[in-house]
Amino acid sequence: MSARFVTGKVLGSLVTLFFVICFNFFLFRVVEGDPVASLFRGRNLTVTQREALTKQFGLDGSTGEQFVRYLEQTAHLNLGRSYATNQPVSKEIASKAWATIALVGISTLLSTVFGVLIGIAAAWRRRTKADYTATTFTMATYAMPDFWLGMLLLSFFAVTLGWFPVGGIEDASSNATGVAHLADQAKHLFLPCLTLTLAYLGEYALVMRSSLLDTMREDYLVLARAKGMREILVRNRHAVPNALLPVVTIIAINFGFVLSGAIAVEAIFSWPGLGLATYDALNGPDLPMLQGLFLLFSAAVIVFNLLADLLYASLDPRVRTA
Amino acid sequence: MSTVALTSARRIAWRRRRRSAAAAWRQYRSNRAGMVGLVVLVLFGLLALAAPLLADHAGLAAVNSTQNPVWASPSEFHPLGTDHLGRSVWTQFVWGSRISLLIGLTATVLAMVIGTLVGIVSGFFGGRIGGVLMRITEWFLVIPFLPLAIVLAAVLGPSVQSIILVIGITSWPATARVIRAQVLTVKERLYVDRSRALGASSGHLMGRHIMPNIAPLILANTTLTVPIAILSETTLSFLGLGDPTRPSWGKMLEEAFAAGALSEHAWWYYVPPGLGVMLVVLAFVLCGNALEEILDPRLREQRA
Repeated sequence: MSARFVTGKVLGSLVTLFFVICFNFFLFRVVEGDPVASLFRGRNLTVTQREALTKQFGLDGSTGEQFVRYLEQTAHLNLGRSYATNQPVSKEIASKAWATIALVGISTLLSTVFGVLIGIAAAWRRRTKADYTATTFTMATYAMPDFWLGMLLLSFFAVTLGWFPVGGIEDASSNATGVAHLADQAKHLFLPCLTLTLAYLGEYALVMRSSLLDTMREDYLVLARAKGMREILVRNRHAVPNALLPVVTIIAINFGFVLSGAIAVEAIFSWPGLGLATYDALNGPDLPMLQGLFLLFSAAVIVFNLLADLLYASLDPRVRTA
Repeated sequence: MSTVALTSARRIAWRRRRRSAAAAWRQYRSNRAGMVGLVVLVLFGLLALAAPLLADHAGLAAVNSTQNPVWASPSEFHPLGTDHLGRSVWTQFVWGSRISLLIGLTATVLAMVIGTLVGIVSGFFGGRIGGVLMRITEWFLVIPFLPLAIVLAAVLGPSVQSIILVIGITSWPATARVIRAQVLTVKERLYVDRSRALGASSGHLMGRHIMPNIAPLILANTTLTVPIAILSETTLSFLGLGDPTRPSWGKMLEEAFAAGALSEHAWWYYVPPGLGVMLVVLAFVLCGNALEEILDPRLREQRA
């Protein structure tokens, strides 16, 4: 990979990030008529109180001044204060990020592994019952709204059978520590994690299947078989590594999107992460919080897109010149 | 003399197009999954159109349902039971299908119009305008769709129109890219050069030569965009951004969840709307795949 290719990609991403930041500012300027008034609706404020609050929310001065100040503050990761808790938005986000990273990270990992395996099995046994079953199953999970799948799992496993808790990240009444505490959290994690795994799995399985089917027509597989190589080695050494290429890109791109993809599912399971925070901020409405979350979600997509581009270029030399 | 030749040339072109459409339909019919999808879509289309015959619209209002029992399980009076306010779930399901399909289809049309325009203009003219349009397209591609849609819907307020607008302006970029790629190859073909040499204007070239060549692609893209639009609508409505006066399937799911249908074991309230979404989405995907296979025969081998 040439330095020029990398610099070009990085600069492009920075420009996009800058656009997102500007867009973020102006979009929320449109929505906020007078946040101070809407926040303290029905309460009498003295003129000095009003001015202090306006200043605290960064709403004094002209739009141009506000924009410059917004850029400065964003550069310092100062995203304002949440209307709901009056805590800095960056602190709120940081405290909630771990729950989402754990949930989404584990589900992404599981769905990638199982999705790729299902895709390989389906492609290699093309036109058999196993293939049709796997394809129907993955298409069905793709077609379901993810949070509806969550509702079904929740009603069956938690409400009817009572095997799992109905929501939250831990049992509030228990004061278990150490291993018991972790086990409690794992129990709470299970259902939302299963939901997201099933929801993501379909795409990986379908992409892996069609990519492997493409590869299976290549001459080098015929050659490998002609050499007398066993079928399983033909598959694992020659077909699968080449077929994985497009899947790797999709995984990298999806990594950026998953951070924001779990909003409805987190709301269903009251999983106290960024998704639930978005849901709550929407119902507030807590605009600084929403603004900060949107910025974070966008930045995640941009960063992972960049990584996907670079990863793809290092895996596939043909892309570098394109 | 020259007019005779012109009309007959046009007639030949039409006859050829009709014949290829008939051939495409023959191919489509032989695709079993595509036909299943089509039948399911027709059934849901009939359900949505016949809504006034199947369920009384007045049943959507809680004030008209006070004499009904709440959380009643399915019975002969209420085929899908009642909700927490005594409203018939069947009535909500039937009328909800209208809103869900309406939003899915209209938002897709909007996305297709934007995507096709951007794709054609940037592909056909290229140059600086094309470059700028492609930059904008790429920018829209990397912006996380759901948060953007949420933020826009929150700004525009909860109504059917704003949901359509939000989904429409966030789902066109993929189409623009596909159309642009196709336009780039079509415009290099010999007959386009010939037509240009004969003095054809850009408008003529686009209308007579480019459009007919990308129309099938637009159709296939449309059938694959509708399911995404319907899923997006469901999620946005579930998050509370749907129109409260014209409930869709997503809105039903929101109300069911908020009213505690899960702990009431009222499966008849939250299963039907989700199932409806799933079936419609699946049907559109099956139709779209079948259309894509007709356009790109290589896929047939791969998917079979």
